[in-house]
Amino acid sequence: MATYILKRLFLMIPIFLGITVISFAVLHLAPGAPTEMQTMMQPKVSLEARARLNAIYGLDKPLPIQYFDWLKRLVRFDFGRSFSSDNRPVQEKIMERLPVTLFINILSLVLILVVAIPIGILSAVHRYSLFDKATTLFVFIGFAAPTFWLALLLMLVFGVHLDWLPISGIKSLNYEYLGFWGKTVDLGRHLILPVLLSAFGGLAGLSRYMRSNMLEVIRQDYILTARAKGLPERVVIYKHALRNALLPVVTVLGLSIPGLIGGSVIFESIFAIPGMGQLFYGAVMARDYPVVMGELVIGAVLTLIGNLVADISYALVDPRIRVR
Amino acid sequence: MKTPAKIWEISGRMLLVWGVLALISCPACSRPEDSGKSLERPAAAGPPCYGDTLITGSIGEPSNLIPILASDSSSHEVAGLIYNGLVKYDKDLKLVGDLAESFKVSKSGLVITFHLRKGVRWHDGQPFTAADVLFTYKTMVDPHTPTAYAEDFLQVERAEATDPYTFRVTYKKPFAPALASWGISILPGHLLEGRDIMKSPLARHPVGTGPFIFKEWKAGEKVVLTYNPDYFEGRPYIDRYIYRIIPDSATMFMELKAGGIDNMGLSPLQYARQTEYRKFKENFNKYRYPAFAYTYLGFNLEDEKFRDRRVRQAISYAINRGELIEGVLLGLGQEATGPYKPGTWACNPNVKQYPYNPVKARELLQEAGWRDTNGDGILDKGGIPFRFTIITNQGNDTRARTAEIIQRRLKEVGIDVKIRIIEWAAFIKEFIEKKAFEATILGWTISQDPDIYDVWHSSKTRPGELNFISYRNTEVDALLEKGRRTFDQEERRKIYWRIQEILAEEAPYVFLYVPDALPVVQARVKGIEPAAAGITYNLIKWYVPKTEQRYKMNDSNR
Repeated sequence: MATYILKRLFLMIPIFLGITVISFAVLHLAPGAPTEMQTMMQPKVSLEARARLNAIYGLDKPLPIQYFDWLKRLVRFDFGRSFSSDNRPVQEKIMERLPVTLFINILSLVLILVVAIPIGILSAVHRYSLFDKATTLFVFIGFAAPTFWLALLLMLVFGVHLDWLPISGIKSLNYEYLGFWGKTVDLGRHLILPVLLSAFGGLAGLSRYMRSNMLEVIRQDYILTARAKGLPERVVIYKHALRNALLPVVTVLGLSIPGLIGGSVIFESIFAIPGMGQLFYGAVMARDYPVVMGELVIGAVLTLIGNLVADISYALVDPRIRVR
Repeated sequence: MKTPAKIWEISGRMLLVWGVLALISCPACSRPEDSGKSLERPAAAGPPCYGDTLITGSIGEPSNLIPILASDSSSHEVAGLIYNGLVKYDKDLKLVGDLAESFKVSKSGLVITFHLRKGVRWHDGQPFTAADVLFTYKTMVDPHTPTAYAEDFLQVERAEATDPYTFRVTYKKPFAPALASWGISILPGHLLEGRDIMKSPLARHPVGTGPFIFKEWKAGEKVVLTYNPDYFEGRPYIDRYIYRIIPDSATMFMELKAGGIDNMGLSPLQYARQTEYRKFKENFNKYRYPAFAYTYLGFNLEDEKFRDRRVRQAISYAINRGELIEGVLLGLGQEATGPYKPGTWACNPNVKQYPYNPVKARELLQEAGWRDTNGDGILDKGGIPFRFTIITNQGNDTRARTAEIIQRRLKEVGIDVKIRIIEWAAFIKEFIEKKAFEATILGWTISQDPDIYDVWHSSKTRPGELNFISYRNTEVDALLEKGRRTFDQEERRKIYWRIQEILAEEAPYVFLYVPDALPVVQARVKGIEPAAAGITYNLIKWYVPKTEQRYKMNDSNR
């Protein structure tokens, strides 16, 4: 088992390098350099000023050299400085935004788990019941409805018309002056809509997945045996079937972590939440290479860790796939 | 260039330096919107009083509050409340002293002397002197400063601080836009001298001389400023100014309605259709005045089809501008006749105009040799049908819709137009800069100074420069050069009026329309006086009557 994990760990290095090379290349293939995004179509900016900015940012060097410069810094855990005019270290920019994004994503993950798994189980156990049909409908709406449209609709209803919830942002203006409970309630009120929205799409997918897994397991012989032996239905479903049906679901969850961060781009922009997604979107639009690369590296690392965790848990569960 | 979403919210000071970013108004047409006015609360709101918070919504976040390093409008908007320049534009768009008490341009136009205000202090308490001005100048021309705006200052031959309150600059050649260039934010030399400006904490924690003092900046969330009790023009009535970052314009509009922000710029659709109900009118005042910007259809003059002036004139006649304004701007704009805003001194009202006239358009095309020989409805010449593609950038619906309406009108005179909409960076880089286009719909912002050398001079046709339609006219070149060297406004008026006559006759662009700026402000805010400079030029005089104040600020919050 130890050699297996070690092997997997070493394999991650070339994969990681491959990801960064491709990301770097694709990023630079897109038209428009950061300095151009800042200066194009502005009468007061001469071509010489642009060349000067390029030299300051090192964009006049050949691409491979730029990549190796970047990689050299990365080995020392230095993501470089942002090319936007604030010129701050990329770590600093990401770190101040990472907690919000992680917090919302963890909340929505918990929400997905808490809601999707019971829905999946119930619709599998009561297949073709009214409940199953209703959740199927709900799930298809969840898949089909565009997040931004749904978000605006909810804002309009709960924010503007009913005035129950704040529309955007993460804290009220008087947040600093509230007590502990005041702060908690304020934060909670701001989080309801974004968490709901970010969970909605995932909810649909996972509950379907849970349902089909459960159906699969229920058909197995050992469940039939358990029933034949006269075990109560509750024990059959929740003790024997559920455990086996949950295993692949947990693996899927491990893999869905980076996806959740990607999804943050949309709802963070709509709800004006100062998180990673918003930073990423802005950085891409401004061709702020170091920030984009920084976020991609974090995404790549998360994906690799997610894969590793999935593989290890598979290996733990099923000895057949352990590689020697 | 990119039409900023909140075109109106740029104070006079910033507008002066960053004319390219700025858009505002003309005296005659600045007024609160009539229908909104009738529902406004009575003016007897009492005398101005201190207190309350003004919350502004913005799509973009500032990037750097050392303004010379930033090139985005959000940074300049916020920095404009924290810093001062030596000069600024007043409400009627005349250049007046700001940190300079007075200034003098020598007869030759080569030397400008600024006499600075005495007793002005930086927000950290240090006195402001000519040394700060000299430091700012040196920073601008230092090749290690990553500023995009060095150009105007590289024209300076010598800059000197002759005493603590006198600053003198000498130019190599007379340069008319020079005076306005000193509207640039003056930086605190004592905090920056001898340090790496790119790593200065001032980028996130600025120290200026302006009406508002920086308090905090929460990344991606908001920037908070508080009043400067010692501001040299008097303490602002508003205690606190919060600049909230809301990247989605639909969200911002809902925040406005729900009371989360006090002011923003509206889109024509929001202005005309989504705010015309009683409750909104009771709670908000809408303003409307022409923006300092225009939209045009530009031809690539190196393209064989557009070489003939009659063809360009014909297309000008074939386009119905009134219809564009109604259909695209919902009536919230006016026709453009040249590169200046109607009603300003540089704008010549008597140039050749192109009222909608498809008959005349067909005649001109026929004269130029374009006839429909094969009866397919499309004109042709030498066997080649008259087809071209209009390109414009993605993310600007007004431009896309403008293209569609033009397409239909040109079809009627026998020209087949295709439309292509391209992502901004690719659009500029791959098409505009490489001159790989036939015609394009774009817009320019109009700067305060009428100098349009960069867009129209024939020396500015290299790839990446702004005369990308390759317009070349020796008379215009000579006039543009003369205009930059002339300080006398009357002389300059003649020069720029003549340039407009030539442009109107030659029709290298079809000048389409000047859109309106459409700001809206919460009705509890009083003291707003729309003028040529828009509405924010007197922000320090805005106030909220005691009875309507919403946000309390005790001294511990300062």
